[in-house]
Amino acid sequence: MKLLRLAPENTKFGFMRFRRVSYPLSATLSIISVLMFLFVGMNFGIDFAGGTQVDMRAKSGEAHLAEIRAEAESLGLGPVEVQRLGAESDVLLRLNLQPGGDAAQEAAVAKLRSAFSTDYEFRGVAAVGPTVSAELEQSGTLGVVVAIVAVLTYLWFRFEWQFAVGAIIGTMHDLLLTVGFFCVTQLEFNQTSIAAILTIVGYSLNETVVVLDRIREVMRKYKRLSTPEIIDMSINAVLPRTIMTATTVFLALLALFFLGGHVIRSFSAAMIWGIFVATYSSIFICSPMLIYMGVRADVFDKPKDQDADAKSAQPRVKA
Amino acid sequence: MLRFAPWKLASVLALVAAAILIVVPSFMPAGAVDSLAARLPGFIPVRQIVLGLDLRGGAYMLMQVDDASVVKSQIEALRDDVRQTLRDGKIGLSGGIATQPRGVLVRIVDPTERDKAYKLLQSLSQPIGGPLAGGNGRTLDVSETDSGVQLTLTDAATAEKVRQAVTQSIEVLNRRINAMGTKETVVERQGGNRIVIEVPGLQDTTRLKQIIGQTAKLDFQLVADPGDPPNEVETLPMQKGGGTITVQKRIMVDGADLVDAQQSFDPQTGEPDVTFRFNLRGAQKFAQVTSENVGRPFAIVLDGKVISAPVIRTPITGGSGQITGNFTLDEASNLAILLRAGALPAKLTVVEERTVGPGLGQDSIDAGERAAFVGGILVVIYMISTYGIFGIFADLALAVHILLIFASMVLLGATLTLPGIAGIVFTIGMAVDSNVLIYERIREEAHLGRSVISALDAGFKRAFATIVDSNVTMFVAALILYLFGSGAVRGFAVSLGLGIVTSIITAVTMTRMMIGLWYHRGRPRKLPI
Repeated sequence: MKLLRLAPENTKFGFMRFRRVSYPLSATLSIISVLMFLFVGMNFGIDFAGGTQVDMRAKSGEAHLAEIRAEAESLGLGPVEVQRLGAESDVLLRLNLQPGGDAAQEAAVAKLRSAFSTDYEFRGVAAVGPTVSAELEQSGTLGVVVAIVAVLTYLWFRFEWQFAVGAIIGTMHDLLLTVGFFCVTQLEFNQTSIAAILTIVGYSLNETVVVLDRIREVMRKYKRLSTPEIIDMSINAVLPRTIMTATTVFLALLALFFLGGHVIRSFSAAMIWGIFVATYSSIFICSPMLIYMGVRADVFDKPKDQDADAKSAQPRVKA
Repeated sequence: MLRFAPWKLASVLALVAAAILIVVPSFMPAGAVDSLAARLPGFIPVRQIVLGLDLRGGAYMLMQVDDASVVKSQIEALRDDVRQTLRDGKIGLSGGIATQPRGVLVRIVDPTERDKAYKLLQSLSQPIGGPLAGGNGRTLDVSETDSGVQLTLTDAATAEKVRQAVTQSIEVLNRRINAMGTKETVVERQGGNRIVIEVPGLQDTTRLKQIIGQTAKLDFQLVADPGDPPNEVETLPMQKGGGTITVQKRIMVDGADLVDAQQSFDPQTGEPDVTFRFNLRGAQKFAQVTSENVGRPFAIVLDGKVISAPVIRTPITGGSGQITGNFTLDEASNLAILLRAGALPAKLTVVEERTVGPGLGQDSIDAGERAAFVGGILVVIYMISTYGIFGIFADLALAVHILLIFASMVLLGATLTLPGIAGIVFTIGMAVDSNVLIYERIREEAHLGRSVISALDAGFKRAFATIVDSNVTMFVAALILYLFGSGAVRGFAVSLGLGIVTSIITAVTMTRMMIGLWYHRGRPRKLPI
């Protein structure tokens, strides 16, 4: 049986040559992401913005969006967002945060129930008051920050500090571009999006660790090569694995995106984007960082690396 | 190399068998599981996986104790204590008692009387947590001013009261919700002043809110006489039919002494009413009040609204009575539930509400299953087409990986949510990563000219450090997500975290065994990848 190979064997691409393109490109995209975040903003779901969301299904026939909108607007609950959900009979109705504190959200749900419950089945209701939404926002932000700090601390112990810096910059890059993705697509940003962001951070570091592990190993082995040569050699060596893993995860996420239902669609979309960005940044952003920080093969001459696996037992050549 | 002791093989097989047995009940109908559990000895876990409310349907509510209402009731109690203390000390209340936002002011013009009052009222300030608790916090600041004695609640006292209020509210809510006949209800404290309520299967939260939204503080107060001093009476609205009624502020008997309340019917009119019964203390108080005030109207007040104000015809000494008030049947039975469960010590506000109907929940389960199935099939096909027989090994390991996630969720009692399913689907993609790392490493080693067995061995050994490093980073992300995430997101963190652990076990240990067996059976001279 002839086996499938998506990545060609024994490649010798000069990945490091692209750093003169990849750095300006990523810098531009990161700045655009920040500007988009500041001036366009994300489409915050009710988890963070507060408000009410109702998932309704017409008891018979299809749902009439225009009628629903007109009737909901007549209730005096502020702007109403109505959208169809997959099937003809299903709609999602969303209200902004009602003025008047936590109790006002409850009142809004009661009004919607009395207005629509004769013709529509209420399949799901969510009402989030201002207290909770503010807290969710805080704990979400805090979670992302703590996760990054924790993971980077681990990397700092496990690798040389220059590697950890490379990983920080790569992770920040992925984070910014994911935020930019939410701003551009205006996909709803909710609690599962925080989960998506943290998973992207995890995946991005996973990718980075695989590349950095190999770079460290190759550096110990070939002390006379220049840093860009070492990095190119390492990336080429792990390239089949990188492509293979990105593909399997992509396939799983693709299934989730198309079949997993609307509740987790924005999660799946963000994750798919994150896989691409993380793969790109581990090769074109993190690794070249080592060149910029002047990492050379002799960083391993210090006694720090006794835990190292590979070839550390070989005689050392002073550079 | 690549040989395994038989006991290791046996223990892996035993693990898989145990996992299958643990998971099987989750796919059986609930009734069959119960009868199976009854027939097997207790240490065998015959449990079904716990589905989150987003999958099984139900209502979730986050309630917050209203600090302001705790303070308000504390001040009301303080005012009554002050009045009682002064009365017992035979000190005349010339200027009355004024309530303030954080305390009360007793107005006494005469300086000697004021001094006496000050000394007496100092006894009201208690150490926080009772006299034995130690510490130097006290419940009240008492001070003497030119116009009277000032009593102010301390912040520590209020915080302690809020904490107690949450604990008591949880008990009361449990009693009330259980009286509604729901199953597997969860009522828990969250943080300092929050309570989470989860009622599986409930869709319309209207009745739930009627039951949990009321304080249900029942008071019996005498209707005011024209001669009563104005600062000792209050005007309350009637619960039905509009109108108001002026009553004495003093609470003669309250609902705390009730031991039972049942919905019943008025024998004369046939209308629904509520029959209540007091404990001994309540019965004595009730008997005393009713015998001293025959002929006067007695107001029954629920949460500051007057239900009715019947005239006391004869002293009621038996300790039980009826509340009538033009109730519908539902209103009467709700009131009985509320009175039986007791009053909430404070007002509760709903700050977050989520309900999912069973239809939507089932849709989510179906969607999750479809996505997991299709995603799994895609990954399986891709692995086999890339790695041939080794791909099949990886796929077998993947199947066991999914099995182990479910089994450990059942054992831990972890909740499966829709984001949790998403996490499992994601780990289907990630689990093979370890295999990919190993296989690619084996290929590389083989290209370097190593023999088959040496390439296999080196591949596993070299890839392992990378596998650990890369999975630790992912695991840390999952852990943080669990600690900081709320609700459904935690479900994602659980399945992601468990998935990382099980994928290391399956992808490293199991594939290694399968490849070892495969090698020693045929002793191939060429690698199939």
